[in-house]
Amino acid sequence: GNWSKLSAQQALTQDDLLRFDTFGNVSLIHITDIHAHLKPIWFREPEWNIGVGGVAGKPPHVVGKDFIEMFNLTPGSPEAYALTYVDFEALGRTYGRMGGMDRVATVVNAIRADRPEALLLDGGDTWHGSMTSFLTKGQDVVNVMNKLGVEAMTSHWEWTFGQDRVRDIVADLPFPFLGQNIFDNEWNEPSDEFEPYTWFERGGVKIAVIGQAFPYMPIANPGWKFPDFSFGIRESRMQEMVDEVRAQGAELVVVLSHNGFDVDRQMAGRVTGIDVVLTGHTHDALPEPVIVGETLLIASGSHGKFVTRLDLDVRDGRMMGFRHKLIPIFADVITPDPEMATLIDAERAPFKDQLEEVIGHTDSLLYRRGNFNGTWDDLICEAIMEERDTEIAMSPGVRWGASLLPGDAITREDIHSVTSMTYGQCYRTEMTGEFLKVVLEDVADNIFNPDPYFQQGGDMVRIGGLGYRVDVSAPVNQRISDMTLLSTGEAIDPERNYVVGGWASVNPETEGPQIWDVVESHIRKIGRVALEPNTSVQVAGL
Amino acid sequence: MSDVRPRIRLPRSANAGDVIEVKTLISHNMETGLRRDGSGNEIPRQIINRFTCEYAGKLVLDVTMEPAISANPYMEFDVKVDESADFVFTWYDDDGSVYSETQSFEVS
Amino acid sequence: GLGVAAVAMVPGAAIASAVDDAISAFTGGASVTDGGVTIDAPEIAENGNTVPIAIEAPGATEILLLAAGNPTPGVAKFGFGEGAATSRAATRIRLGGTQDVVAIAKMADGSFARGAVEVKVTIGGCGG
Ligand SMILES: [Mn+2]
Ligand SMILES: [Mn+2]
Repeated sequence: GNWSKLSAQQALTQDDLLRFDTFGNVSLIHITDIHAHLKPIWFREPEWNIGVGGVAGKPPHVVGKDFIEMFNLTPGSPEAYALTYVDFEALGRTYGRMGGMDRVATVVNAIRADRPEALLLDGGDTWHGSMTSFLTKGQDVVNVMNKLGVEAMTSHWEWTFGQDRVRDIVADLPFPFLGQNIFDNEWNEPSDEFEPYTWFERGGVKIAVIGQAFPYMPIANPGWKFPDFSFGIRESRMQEMVDEVRAQGAELVVVLSHNGFDVDRQMAGRVTGIDVVLTGHTHDALPEPVIVGETLLIASGSHGKFVTRLDLDVRDGRMMGFRHKLIPIFADVITPDPEMATLIDAERAPFKDQLEEVIGHTDSLLYRRGNFNGTWDDLICEAIMEERDTEIAMSPGVRWGASLLPGDAITREDIHSVTSMTYGQCYRTEMTGEFLKVVLEDVADNIFNPDPYFQQGGDMVRIGGLGYRVDVSAPVNQRISDMTLLSTGEAIDPERNYVVGGWASVNPETEGPQIWDVVESHIRKIGRVALEPNTSVQVAGL
Repeated sequence: MSDVRPRIRLPRSANAGDVIEVKTLISHNMETGLRRDGSGNEIPRQIINRFTCEYAGKLVLDVTMEPAISANPYMEFDVKVDESADFVFTWYDDDGSVYSETQSFEVS
Repeated sequence: GLGVAAVAMVPGAAIASAVDDAISAFTGGASVTDGGVTIDAPEIAENGNTVPIAIEAPGATEILLLAAGNPTPGVAKFGFGEGAATSRAATRIRLGGTQDVVAIAKMADGSFARGAVEVKVTIGGCGG
């Protein structure tokens, strides 16, 4: 009730959240995967985050109670609420929403007041993910990040606005848009449009920040939107860049990465000379750095829910020590920065009525994050099957999108939070049972391949109307079995054609209504969302 | 094919005795012979089946190509440039066409 | 997002014999040793229709490049002349699905060496 909320908030103060014993001579501030979420949100952390091969059971592949134990958190504490899914609804009502770029601004400004030369770095997936960013082609977020004072960024979903829009925005950015792995497709050479690295002199320390864009861009997203560019991990060039900046006197080498955590962990073990990898893409929030050799890996969560402060002691060209804090952005505890709050409201003002229109209500907890179906995806798949009249629905295993608590109104903005994209057409097509298996096997291998360099960092494609069993430890093309059409209980027939609906196709000729309109239409019809538990995926091989 | 256009990428400069990287592209859709048109008829194979490069009158590279080479065939290779001389690049099309491009290269 | 159609692949046994045949035709049946040939390829192809591949075999006069899982495995044969500074070349190839790319090098002394690398070709999807 209200009393418990009050007492919890009294127990938690902005000063507590910001308290930090300033250390060494350099401070890095890391934010990543904001996905254009400018206002506070609910965000439930995953219940499923399976690690395969050498990373099984290692962070970030630890969830729930195991996470609480591993990091010595107190169950029911603000930290446990922020970092795990356990008791999410009850704790959400106690501790409130998280994030909001006006609160992030307060935290960044406070760190800068303490350490004026603190360096603010953005890991990408910044411009995309909301209704306002869709309508302004990322401009609202760009304006916010410029005001926040970002000093370098790297990229992933930014490219889904198309290469010309990226070029336009980058031309006006007051900071570099880095990517040592952004290559010119025509001649297979490092692009001369984007810098591989940039330099900072802070606290008397010469710092090189090397960018690493998302490696699988044209695979995970529509390559036809950025045909001039190629990406890839390009590990050997990363080593060259590290050696180059070291030779030019870098005393601290920071990689601002959008590889995803496991890819970064592997890269940090193979490339020598990196001091810090600021990881992104896989949306993991870790309260402590993961250390590989002499390299620190930092994971700062997503959606503005956390800001990392990393203080470093750099002497004689070496990183001698660190102090780290993953600062949770409790929206009811941190005072919004008034200037940023005004800017955000101004960016939203032209669309306010559209954004805030209530489409329906939910009696179920709506979330997405996790290796298999989240309830948001169950709702989206239900909408596709109903509105497009299909037997089966597919929803992409993206990790972005905010949660809603039972009882919440569902606004149009909430629907866009989990569907916004520049290729949101909801297609209706036929696929054979055999092809459905090919699709499931293909996506499963992108997630459960034991070599991190083959992982694209998303989650399993979400399926409506079809159940299956997945053995996460099996080899490629042998993970999926027991595929069942849920409406009849019959096994999927490899020879038969099934009517399938889905969205986020990477094909240029995809036709259909926008997915957010499909979902809105469905929610309007049902009024209140009440989802049954989804038991259609059986997981084995853990 | 009407729009076949070779392009060459050479370093801006080199010293005598340097090894330089040479890159070539030719616009060509490299029809595999495995595709069918809208009426179900086989589209006949038409590819660039051979590429050669000579420098200073000496053969550098001679490539025999199959339909598994991508459209707009790309070739990259290394040449030691001991003297200023001409590069001669030649592409051979299934239809009998021969496309040739000559570029002189100055070493210092 | 789920995109392109299923890729054309042929049964394993048929592939193996076609690859063996192509290699025998190149080597004249001589033995082939593993190693000495480097193939540089992306972990996952960004686009199966144009996969960048670089091959290098120091001392080779010829390199045969095969895509072991394509309906016909032949890709190209590179002959290095007296003007070549290295026995290295790079090109872009079509791969019908996840498969091994194989390179056989003929050395100046008439011996043969082999290298292979697996390239994954995926339908494409989504992410974080
Ligand atoms: Mn990402
Ligand atoms: Mn992201």
